[in-house]
Order: sequence, then structure tokens, then C-alpha cells
Amino acid sequence: MEDKDIIICRCEDLSREDVRKLIAAGYTTVEEIKRISRCGMGPCQGRTCQQLLAREIAAMTGKDVADIAPGKTRPPATGVKLGALAKGRDDHE
Amino acid sequence: MSKNTAEVVIIGGGISGCATAYYLAKLGVTNIVVIEKDYLASGSTGRCGAGVRQQWGLKMNVLLARESITTYENLNEELDTGMDIEFKQEGYLMLAYNDKTVEQYRKNVALQKSLGVEVDLITPQEAKEIVPYLNTEGLLAATFCPTDGHINPFVTTNSYGEAARRLGVKILTYTEVTGIQVEKGKVVAVDTTRGKIYTNKILNATGGYSREVAAMAGVELPTYPERHQILVTEAVAPVQGPMVISLQHGIYCQQTPHGSFIMGFGDPKELKEHVISSTWHFMEEMAHRILQLLPPLAELRVVRQWAGLYNMSPDAQPILGEVPQVHGFYNSVGYSGHGFMLGPVTGRLMAELISGRQPHMDIAPLSLARFETGELLREPSVV
Repeated sequence: MEDKDIIICRCEDLSREDVRKLIAAGYTTVEEIKRISRCGMGPCQGRTCQQLLAREIAAMTGKDVADIAPGKTRPPATGVKLGALAKGRDDHE
Repeated sequence: MSKNTAEVVIIGGGISGCATAYYLAKLGVTNIVVIEKDYLASGSTGRCGAGVRQQWGLKMNVLLARESITTYENLNEELDTGMDIEFKQEGYLMLAYNDKTVEQYRKNVALQKSLGVEVDLITPQEAKEIVPYLNTEGLLAATFCPTDGHINPFVTTNSYGEAARRLGVKILTYTEVTGIQVEKGKVVAVDTTRGKIYTNKILNATGGYSREVAAMAGVELPTYPERHQILVTEAVAPVQGPMVISLQHGIYCQQTPHGSFIMGFGDPKELKEHVISSTWHFMEEMAHRILQLLPPLAELRVVRQWAGLYNMSPDAQPILGEVPQVHGFYNSVGYSGHGFMLGPVTGRLMAELISGRQPHMDIAPLSLARFETGELLREPSVV
């Protein structure tokens, strides 16, 4: 299978070819690749792609995958509708 | 470049640092080093709301923003890095809910028009034609400028960085400045976690950390950090053209070209310190406020929230220029939440100044000295 057909980030539709190009261009951390390509910024918030991305970075930079820093985890833990949030506020006002 | 010397050292790899580096190199200055503690756009630039507007109430801000937006319109071609800054130029819709704001907007529009900005004071009905699901209850009027918009701050900063590198600028990421040496009122060197660099010119472009970095050179800045929070939703099909702003509600909300909605609000109770954690209070309050204006967004899921620092100055205007008491120490700080949108023009102005040229706009009113003389600038239209 070719790199362009292997999906790393399903939410943002990024292939292995896409992320490998970025790593080759010098973006060699999860945080930088997230910001430049949106890898991990979709509804799953990196739960699927981040480990795959870390593995690609490790492979191309010759580091151990354990030494690739994970990206920052941001709230909320799962998608929450704005309507539910607003109701929560009204309930304890 | 020779090993440990630089013509200019720029501290901070956000929009200000990278744009200034690019324009300096373009003016022919060689041996420029940019020092960034993390990676490019990792600070305030990459955390901002990504809006760009010309609808300001101060002449200087209108002029700066107008030139900035013209530059952004052509930036992909100018930088020629193959990166797309994703300029979605579908306007800013600014809402007015009381007579005082309507009056201010009337003045703003007259000023903006006189400076050549395409903008109009419009009725609630006209606003609803632009954003059909806008709740116009209580709305008195709005202003709309179709050439304002949204730009991707990460790509923009990296594109400036890449273009600067192509012109010979050295960018040191993951490198922190630990000290600045001043002798006889002149800058002589910068200490970093990767060694000392001798230089006679330093630009402080460190956003939220501007006061701390200036203090290393013995310069006291009246700037301070202020946390601002943002949330972003899942992406949906394009339904909203412009950024919607209400100064009374203190909120802004824009659909990005990618489809997600990004929104934030100015909370007067926000922490004025180096804290960039997120709060649940913000999530609930933001949701409550935005649904009053844009009710159908209730169905959108928030996927992420974050925070960043405004670098506030006492009059919410930038501080630009060389510090009189420390020769060679320049500031491009205190943007108070508007640094990204002004980056191209302030970058050019600082490059002109640092390279010994006359800046193409008079930036003397933005000097640090104004806080001593009391000649403060007051921008009436800020979130």
C-alpha cells in the first residue's frame, strides 16, 4: 500500500505521505504537526492519530517512540453541545 | 554568519518576530537570529482568535490594519513558500445594542470611510441578510466591512519563518533567552540556553513575556499578561461568512474556512498572570452568551478549548520602538490582543526602524515614552 493511501488522521484526512512530508520539512514534534496540519484537531482530538503520528516521527528522526512527547490534551474529554453547556450554566445560576 | 555574533537578535518566534525578521532580511540586513523558547507560533500568536479587521475607532489603528490586510491579501505570493495562509475574507459584522455604541460606530464608520475602508452602518434587517440565523432582538444597528476576515496564524507565522530562512535568517527554536547584557547603556549580548550571542541590536517580540524579557535588559515595561480563553467546535458546512462581534456581550464568533466555529469573550475578571489553563466557567458562560445571538449553534459540539495571553499595555495599544535609555533595545510588544492582525505592518515598521530607516508611518505616538508624558491613546472598540 502506498503512503498516500494510508490514513494517519481520519478526522482531518491526513495520509502518511502528508505527515512524512511535514516531518521531512522540519516539523518534528506532535505539537508542531498538529498546528501546521490540524492532525489531531478533529472530533477524536488525537485519540486515534496521535500514536500513529508519534510512530512516524520516531521512525523518521531515528528516536525511540517513547521519547516523542505526546501533544497537550485539552478539555472537554468528549464533544459537548453548546446547548448543553448553556443549560448547565442556567441550572446553577 | 560568524559563530557567536549577530547583527540583530529577535526574541520571540510569533508573528511579530517572524514578520520583522523577514522584512529586515528583505531590506538587506544579514546575520539575523530569531530565538524562540518553543516552536514558531507556540505563544500568543498560535492561541489567538485569528480574526483580522479594519473596523477600529482610532485613526492609527485603522491605518495599521488597512495596510496589514492589504499585505495579507497578497502574502501567499509575496512569501512564495507554497503555504496557504487561508485568508477567508468575508467580513466582520459588529453589533450595537445601545445608543452609545451606535453613536460610536457612526463615528468609527465615518473615520474608516475617510481612510478608504469599505464599510457601512447597517440596519438589523441588513445584518440578518448577512447572517440569517442572527437573533436581532434588541439589536439597534451594526457595521459591516466585507474585506475583514480570518487567517490561519500557524501557517502564516511558519510561512514568514520559512521565507525569512530562505533569505538567510537563522531561527533557533527550543532555545530560551536567559539574560541580556547591557554595558554603558548599550546592548552587547544575549545569553541563551544554547550559548551567548554578541549583538548590538535586540528586538523584544515576546508577547505575554515582554515585561520579563525587558527586565533582563534593565528596562521597565508597563505591560502585563492577561489570560483570554477560546473554544472551537466540530466542523460543519459553511453557513457563516463574517466574524460576528458584540462589544456589549464582549464576544466574537467566526466560522473558520475549515468549518469549525471559533469563539471567545473578554472576561474582565480574567487572571492577569502567566496562566494558560482553561476553565469550565468559560465554557458555560461562552455558550450562554453566544446562543443569545446565534441560537442554532446550540447543536454544535465543542471539541476543544484553550487559553492564551494578551500582552496588555495600559492604553491597550502596542509599544513600538527603541528604548531611549538602552541603546539597541527595541520593543514590539503590548498588542493587547491585536498583534496577529497587525503583524505584517508592525513587522515592516520595526524592520525599517531597526535597519536605520525612517518608518513609512509615524510610530512616535506608540513609543514607551507616552506613559511618562501621559499622551495615551484610547481605542474605543475592543473586545
